[in-house]
Amino acid sequence: MSEPVASIDAGEPRAVSVEKLDDVVIRFAGDSGDGMQLTGGQFTSTSALMGNDLSTLPDFPAEIRAPAGTLPGVSSFQVRIADYDIHTPGDAPDVLVAMNPAALMKELRDLKPNGVIIINQDEFHDRAFKKAGLATNPLEDGSVSGFRVFQAAIGSMTRRALEDSGLDNKSQERCKNMFALGMAYWLFSRPLDATVAWIERRFAGKPLLAEANTKALKAGWNFCEITDVFQVRYEVERAQLPPGSYRNINGNSALAIGLVAASRKSGLPLFLGAYPITPASGVLEEVAGYKHFGVTTFQAEDEIAAVCSAIGASFGGALGVTVSSGPGIALKMEAINLAVMVELPLVVCDIQRSGPSTGMPTKTEQSDLLQVMFGRNGESPVPVLAAASPKDCFETTLEACRIALKYRVPVMVLSDGYLANGSEPWRFPRVEELPDLSVEFHTDPATFKPYLRDPETLARLWAIPGTPGLEHRIGGLEKADGSGNISYDPGNHEKMSALRAAKVERVAREIPPLAVDGDPEGELLVLGWGSTAGAITGAVNLARAAGLKVSRAHLRYLNPLPQDLGAVLSRFRQVLLPEMNLGQLAMLLRARYLKDITSYPKVTGKPFIRQEIVHKIRQMLEAGHGR
Amino acid sequence: MAAEAPVLTKKDFQSDQEVRWCPGCGDYAILSAVQTVLPELGIPKEKFVIVSGIGCSSRFPYYMNTYGFHTIHGRAPAIATGLKLTRPDLDVWVVTGDGDAMSIGGNHLIHTLRRNVGLKVLMFNNRIYGLTKGQYSPTSELGKRTKSSPQGAPDYPFNPLALALGAGATFVARSVDIFQPHLREVLRRAHQHEGTAYVEIYQNCNIFNDGAFTYMTEKDSRLEEVLYLEQGKPLVFGAERNKGVRLAGTRLEVIELGNGYSADDCLVWDEHQKDPIFAFLMSQLLPPEFPTPLGILRDVPLESYDRRVVGQVATAQAAKPARLEDLIRGNESWVVPG
Repeated sequence: MSEPVASIDAGEPRAVSVEKLDDVVIRFAGDSGDGMQLTGGQFTSTSALMGNDLSTLPDFPAEIRAPAGTLPGVSSFQVRIADYDIHTPGDAPDVLVAMNPAALMKELRDLKPNGVIIINQDEFHDRAFKKAGLATNPLEDGSVSGFRVFQAAIGSMTRRALEDSGLDNKSQERCKNMFALGMAYWLFSRPLDATVAWIERRFAGKPLLAEANTKALKAGWNFCEITDVFQVRYEVERAQLPPGSYRNINGNSALAIGLVAASRKSGLPLFLGAYPITPASGVLEEVAGYKHFGVTTFQAEDEIAAVCSAIGASFGGALGVTVSSGPGIALKMEAINLAVMVELPLVVCDIQRSGPSTGMPTKTEQSDLLQVMFGRNGESPVPVLAAASPKDCFETTLEACRIALKYRVPVMVLSDGYLANGSEPWRFPRVEELPDLSVEFHTDPATFKPYLRDPETLARLWAIPGTPGLEHRIGGLEKADGSGNISYDPGNHEKMSALRAAKVERVAREIPPLAVDGDPEGELLVLGWGSTAGAITGAVNLARAAGLKVSRAHLRYLNPLPQDLGAVLSRFRQVLLPEMNLGQLAMLLRARYLKDITSYPKVTGKPFIRQEIVHKIRQMLEAGHGR
Repeated sequence: MAAEAPVLTKKDFQSDQEVRWCPGCGDYAILSAVQTVLPELGIPKEKFVIVSGIGCSSRFPYYMNTYGFHTIHGRAPAIATGLKLTRPDLDVWVVTGDGDAMSIGGNHLIHTLRRNVGLKVLMFNNRIYGLTKGQYSPTSELGKRTKSSPQGAPDYPFNPLALALGAGATFVARSVDIFQPHLREVLRRAHQHEGTAYVEIYQNCNIFNDGAFTYMTEKDSRLEEVLYLEQGKPLVFGAERNKGVRLAGTRLEVIELGNGYSADDCLVWDEHQKDPIFAFLMSQLLPPEFPTPLGILRDVPLESYDRRVVGQVATAQAAKPARLEDLIRGNESWVVPG
């Protein structure tokens, strides 16, 4: 039953009952201009500092400001907080904060039965219903029956709280997300201080705005404290996480910091060439702020110039990196092949998004795997690594840089929009725990030929311009092994093609054995790569809790694959491979291992939810037992 | 005390690779000029890097005993930009052609010029695709019959100097492959320029577009057809020094001297003029109505892109300590006790 229970009449502070939750999923939804991403981000930071485990799922339209109040303009931020170790942002929200009718109607279908809806009642009027394409008031037409609806005049109460703020009406109205956040903080028993400190930082030099936002935040909290809008408030205790120092981090930040760390640990200056593209731009923006680390960023004229400049920097002895998303990676491929041919280190980060073509730029997908594996002319193998979670973007990037520098090859790093924008607590390492990535430039003319190789890694000598006596020429034409002179010799080309492939294959010698979570053999293995890690882990845990026997493994190295992968696969009768594409890795593994892998594709622009995978696990186990 | 730099000669800049341009190609003359000028510049040989794209001209680095990078079609300016930004100590030269620079690499060229990256760009213009055996190029004249334009090229050509000026180039010059003293002087001047120095070099492709520039390179027509731009001097030309170029209203016109006109009536050339309008007018002088200007159209000082970028990094480094542990920890962290 839907029944508005809120009143805005102020009353005396009162006793409310407190309910403890182990796990709750909250989704903030509003117009793209309503500041829902900031609101969700702040709720996340505060919860992280309280010691909850958490996971987030931002979801926003590609349009910067789609028409206000419409369904395409809805922007949302989902955060799950828990007092135990979680792996996903949750299958369905328990609580929905809806700033307008469009947000309510768009997100309602995901909400759990009997879930809580907090409504900004100011926006529930005929004009707003029309904009959202609604014929009737959803609060009255039965749309929200089966949910617990709480209404508050968030916009007008914010304006009233800021009457004397010195801000105009529009600026006052803009603070309403802080009012809503204050309400959420009250409801989930969170302190305000971290957000107050953040407001001070964000509006440094704009004291009026800082004060207004803080006031709105407190007004939202006080409104819940002194009215009877909520009869109950919730607590989620800190999670029992392994001891250590933690911070909250999203995938793009982790990747950016990973690049700087690689620069420090290699002793090479970082050069990042990039062209703005969703969802990769954040990496360029973030690294551009790290110039005090001796980092050079170059916003190039196009994707091709971005990768080419990175190759030029590598030639000069820097750590050359470029970052983009699928459409940009397609443009870079010819240049990546140049790096393959001249055997220089290069790191190419692909923050994947829904394709083909422009596709759905703000939606996630893992459909660039075959592109990065094979989308170049000629025999052109490159190492490919995929990050499994937002925090894992740090380690995966560091590892990619290590491989690029050690083997003198371009290395592809796969992340995606879900990891880029999603965040989680990160038990960050101490600097001295990070691997040494130092490299040696060749300086001795007596022992120099441009294509002499390290017998172990097959990496060629790296002699940088400015070194006396080592003047030499490299380029995209086939080179004679050793001398590096242009060669059309048939045997040499075959040899060089094999060497370039062998160099990549040798990376496998350093890949640790594949960890299998659960029994090392049995009926069913769920295998994943990249950002499906959380959903698969969560699903496998749920399946086990329901008494099902299932194992799990996750791939970071997609090329070369771990040496023992074939053996692991052979120990299971069935293998399930969920991936956010139409079965790309499944195809590769079937071809490589002749194993009948069951592909579970998903290309909706949304990450897997646990129940989808649990359902598939159940199906496969039932089929297996029926055999 | 710094060790005295060894005296370098042309021979030091010749690589051990056999030069494989067609016999009679204008590229040989340009190679010779570059190999003559570079040793004179007082820079250690290992500091030179030649970066090229794809095309006949782009084989250039293989014949220079310096560091060299023969890259991919059109991308040399982008690769050279990355190199120069991270290694401003290097002397980076880009060798490109009309197809490489004006067509497939047009975007990189204009943005390099716009940013004023400290690169020397030598654009060999032979008005034809040579390496792919004779298709028309973006500088081929309208109606040119080639293998890919049997009815005549329907494209209007680029004016490479106007293009560069339009992109904001701070140093723009033109010379000719076989005009060796002139070419060497232009190269020296290009080298002195801090930002992007863009030099168009007319280069004869004797196989696919032979004689493209003979109207002005033949001994008997040269003085009539070439207008040498000399700083601070009136624009006078002709075997008898009897012709000049003057500003008539808003356009340039050729005048006969001694016929009521003297050198005083001619435009006095100022390559340092900040306003590019006269350089642009000069870029529009085309035969047969006008002589072909050679020399420096524009040379104005402007801080290079690499200096600004390096400066930003230095400023940031001076302002803030770079502690990796702080970066990793971020603004908000907490400890879970053991």
